[in-house]
Amino acid sequence: MAAAALLRRIPAARAPPTALMAARTISDSTAPLTIETSVPFTSHIVDPPSRDVTTTPAELLTFFRDMSLMRRMEIAADSLYKAKLIRGFCHLYDGQEAVAVGMEAAITRSDSIITAYRDHCIYLARGGDLVSAFAELMGRQAGCSRGKGGSMHFYKKDANFYGGHGIVGAQVPLGCGLAFAQKYRKEETATFALYGDGAANQGQLFEALNISALWKLPSILVCENNHYGMGTAEWRAAKSPAYYKRGDYVPGLKVDGMDVLAVKQACKFAKEHAVANGPIVLEMDTYRYHGHSMSDPGSTYRTRDEISGVRQERDPIERVRKLILAHDLATPAELKDTEKEIRKEVDDAIAKAKESPMPDTSELFTNVFVKGFGVESFGADRKELRATLP
Amino acid sequence: MPMATASSSLHGTAAALHGVGAAASSKPRSAAPVARSVRVAAAARGSGSARARGGMVARAAVAANAVAAAESKSGGHELLLFEALREALIEEMKADPTVCVFGEDVGHYGGSYKVTKGLAEMFGDLRVLDTPIAENSFTGMGVGAAMKGLRPIVEGMNMGFLLLAYNQISNNCGMLHYTSGGQFKIPIVIRGPGGVGRQLGAEHSQRLESYFQSIPGLQMVACSTPYNAKGLMKAAIRSENPVVLFEHVLLYNLKEKIPDEEYICCLEEAEMVRPGEHVTILTYSRMRYHVMQAAKTLVNKGYDPEVIDIRSLKPFDLHTIGNSIKKTHRVLIVEECMRTGGIGASLRSSIIDNFWDYLDAPIMCLSSQDVPTPYAAPLEDATVVQPAQIVAAVEQICQ
Repeated sequence: MAAAALLRRIPAARAPPTALMAARTISDSTAPLTIETSVPFTSHIVDPPSRDVTTTPAELLTFFRDMSLMRRMEIAADSLYKAKLIRGFCHLYDGQEAVAVGMEAAITRSDSIITAYRDHCIYLARGGDLVSAFAELMGRQAGCSRGKGGSMHFYKKDANFYGGHGIVGAQVPLGCGLAFAQKYRKEETATFALYGDGAANQGQLFEALNISALWKLPSILVCENNHYGMGTAEWRAAKSPAYYKRGDYVPGLKVDGMDVLAVKQACKFAKEHAVANGPIVLEMDTYRYHGHSMSDPGSTYRTRDEISGVRQERDPIERVRKLILAHDLATPAELKDTEKEIRKEVDDAIAKAKESPMPDTSELFTNVFVKGFGVESFGADRKELRATLP
Repeated sequence: MPMATASSSLHGTAAALHGVGAAASSKPRSAAPVARSVRVAAAARGSGSARARGGMVARAAVAANAVAAAESKSGGHELLLFEALREALIEEMKADPTVCVFGEDVGHYGGSYKVTKGLAEMFGDLRVLDTPIAENSFTGMGVGAAMKGLRPIVEGMNMGFLLLAYNQISNNCGMLHYTSGGQFKIPIVIRGPGGVGRQLGAEHSQRLESYFQSIPGLQMVACSTPYNAKGLMKAAIRSENPVVLFEHVLLYNLKEKIPDEEYICCLEEAEMVRPGEHVTILTYSRMRYHVMQAAKTLVNKGYDPEVIDIRSLKPFDLHTIGNSIKKTHRVLIVEECMRTGGIGASLRSSIIDNFWDYLDAPIMCLSSQDVPTPYAAPLEDATVVQPAQIVAAVEQICQ
């Protein structure tokens, strides 16, 4: 098989492992590889895309690396939170990495992504770096929002990542506004507006979907259905949990959100559809291992068996690991090494982020208004601290 | 180049517009009672960004009355306030292709108060957008479009309806520039008619300026004449900050002659309506007219009130206001907001913080009653401040 011909692998009996370890590399082949998604797509008023996804060994290994990095970042954030270096609200994404990584693989940086508060990994997927992420979580100057946003307010304008929003559902109209601007400028790009199964019951989503459909905007509404809206299970919050059908006159696709290749295929399909025909709804069937946030143990409304069951059977990283090993794209040891490198990378980033200082008090008043076009005041009486008026 | 007058400059705004990172200090302005109006025509028209880089220097009218237009080189033209707003929209939309309008019935219907009449025919359906009745989402969409570089103008058919979009206005519109560490600008204009009309009922007679005033990051202005309506609308569209422009249901048919040349009004400046010596009356929007009516009576009684239309509801123009207080030592605030938590309450507080030593009498504040606006005409009249009450208040202050 073609893939096997491109492998570089050490046959066991050849030379002392240590010397050869250094010379060996994991497959970075770009020869196409076709893999079937775990389950077929379920669709609503549209023909679903094929179950066969084209990828390459290099891409699969990137998926493994990126998802492992995200996983490691979130676990590290958990420890930092418990060490009281991260305060307030911290919503972790571990378990859902396939959505962030698969989406990014299907689109370009000219497409826009907007999400809610479980945004650390999407920030990374959009090209954000670990140091800025950790620094923002710890409220430092080097943070991506200069320490003034926090966990729920990560943004990266140059990568068309629009955040980072704390109020449930409010980002979806913003996302449709981004799509409007894309259409206004004839950009041929799309906006992915992510929200959760809890937010799916917000009226403003239906409003925004209606407007998007009327005006044929390239908006893709992506429901990251992790089956719990904080502590309320989806069957207790939604009369109809078929979120991909909620668009009614808008087509929808239900996707296994733990299968990065399925996510990639669905997002590619959705982007083509949205740019040509207007909005589409994607429902990603996914799962979060942590509770809703760090203040939620996550086990009062679901059983530990359920959590470990999903981890056993559907973990996105394990799925990719199995694929890589099954196709001989790397050895278990190499993957372990990758994980070790990632761990070190994350630890180094945390150390570097810790060195960044807290923002100066004067930063309290910066960026309230855009300076240079009038207002430089912060309250009704233009006072800044105790400055006197001239 | 316009007939610039030397002294008036704006709190560093001029310098700031030219890219100098000015601090908040400004040059002292005399509260000279001479009615002077200064208008500056735009510098090179062209792309929005060229304009933004400092083509405009904005100066406020010191007296917004017929003197302004009379000094216009070509005589000026007369129009109604809603037409002035419309002219501003047309000029800005012609100049900058990123300006677009969202609202209910703004397009094909022409706007419920005719502010956008004819715009859809001129600019097309992609720039003048009829939205469904979904304030929360279309305001949010406006914010999203602004994040991506457009300059939307969101119209609330009645300001009161924008309460449905309060979350979008407060959290996204006001705060995104801050929470993103300065990455995103939200150059949106949110406008619409508010205030107490003629028996429109409680829900259609709301004053949202009191609800929005504490949202950080938001600027608020209230127009009251065709001249300042056009000027403020243009300035609001050009501002890189989110601006809420409060219009009033009863003022749309005011007629005035405005200059033919292009002009804008400074967003943060107050307007000297009638210079005087005895008392400073601070007001805005429709109450300006009640105050001016009361002023006629007061003048006959021998009083000399100084009337200032504060125009900028957030932030207050404490320079103009302060200079006036330093002269008259007495302050009366006349507003249409409710007594509780209104603009007057904040203004009073700011004046006390900044000008306590100059006051010879307690600041009086006349506001609307803390009641839902009733339907019946006499009750509705009793809800808002009437000229007779203003006269009585001045007599009391000046004792």
